[in-house]
Amino acid sequence: MNKTDVLIIGAGPTGLFCAHQLGIIGLSCEIVDNLDKAGGQCIELYPDKPIYDIPAVPECTGEELTNNLLQQIKPFNIKFHFRERVEELKKDQNRWHVKTSGGIVFDVASIVIAGGVGSFEPRKFPVKECEKFEGSSLFYSIKDKSIFKDKTISIFGGGDSALDWAIELSNTSKVNLIHRRDGFSGVEASVQKVKELNDQGKLNLFTKYQLDSLSGDKLIESVKIKHDEGEIKEIKSDYVLGFFGLIMQLGPILDWGLNINKKTIEVNTENFETNINGIFAIGDICSYPGKLKLILSGFHEGALAARGCFKYAKPDEKLRFEFTTTSKAAQERLGIKK
Amino acid sequence: MTKIVYHTHKGQTHSIDVQNGLSVMEGAVQNDIPGIDADCGGGMACATCHVYVKEEWLNKLPAKEDGEEDMLDMAFEPKNNSRLSCQLIVSDDMDGLEVDIPSKQG
Repeated sequence: MNKTDVLIIGAGPTGLFCAHQLGIIGLSCEIVDNLDKAGGQCIELYPDKPIYDIPAVPECTGEELTNNLLQQIKPFNIKFHFRERVEELKKDQNRWHVKTSGGIVFDVASIVIAGGVGSFEPRKFPVKECEKFEGSSLFYSIKDKSIFKDKTISIFGGGDSALDWAIELSNTSKVNLIHRRDGFSGVEASVQKVKELNDQGKLNLFTKYQLDSLSGDKLIESVKIKHDEGEIKEIKSDYVLGFFGLIMQLGPILDWGLNINKKTIEVNTENFETNINGIFAIGDICSYPGKLKLILSGFHEGALAARGCFKYAKPDEKLRFEFTTTSKAAQERLGIKK
Repeated sequence: MTKIVYHTHKGQTHSIDVQNGLSVMEGAVQNDIPGIDADCGGGMACATCHVYVKEEWLNKLPAKEDGEEDMLDMAFEPKNNSRLSCQLIVSDDMDGLEVDIPSKQG
């Protein structure tokens, strides 16, 4: 059991800055995120795109913003739990117990949900029978590539993941790459490489085709793909891989009894607490009259939610308002030596 | 105001007067039309405002900008008449535009 003052759900900019604000007022926290690194939408959706509306930062990219926030919370040695999604919530007297998809249990005084638009999950095939094969012969990410050796693999998608895996697996497997159009969104060098491999007969490229159906008993035996103009081809296949990027889903948080309105959680604007005492929501996931989905709003919400957490973590103490410029305690927490 | 007609996958039709300058996505979200999620808020970064445009409108709409087709690769069941509704900025020329909302956004 991981015991800490506050559990932050979501390692995007809002969650990271909330961790900073908790650290400044002397509360401990740990952060859970379903992705494999910090940054949330900033890293997953627009790492290289510029942001122009962070106060006092005329321009920065999603990646720079994330790195600066990580730098800013370094003194607090915050523990991150990546590739974990929160699932169960239980009240235990004055504490909350939260269990993740990987079986980690947190024992905390309060929870801050900074989950953006939900946790990122792979986008799946629309075809129904895909579920039956998922995890055995159909995958949306690759954990162990050795299983594909000497097999026939059908890869769907036109982005970098699809292209990179098609190139890599073509060394040891028979690869079909299927994409819905002639153009690709992956980098040009990979597109050229794929076309070269196709010309050399080391890979079969099918464009303007999409998945139509799968057949097989326990494992996939063949796939049917359908051309834009209706023609259907059946190709033998041991494995199917789909790379269609990520989608955001609210997931099990929906069942926690929070007031949810249009996929967002209703909060008050005094300290961004939800309808459940001790559970706060900040950033894109919260809603209140006048809410703006801006990173700067998330910072403000995180600062107030952190202070809202104080009474749950330290019910016998009183929180005094202080400035980092002059507060000895805050500077000690930041590890500043004078 | 320009009339935009949204058909949901359940067969309901919503005819909405949308202010010029807003996107077809915003017109749907502001009027509580179900099925257009717009998770990223109009940044062409998520493909959850995907719609099918009625065939006769396909060539009348502004062409796709770089990136829209790439994002459509990620959409649920993309077709030749797929567009991201966040990229369709409503103007007088679109009066009567009809879009079908897919059964799912992801």
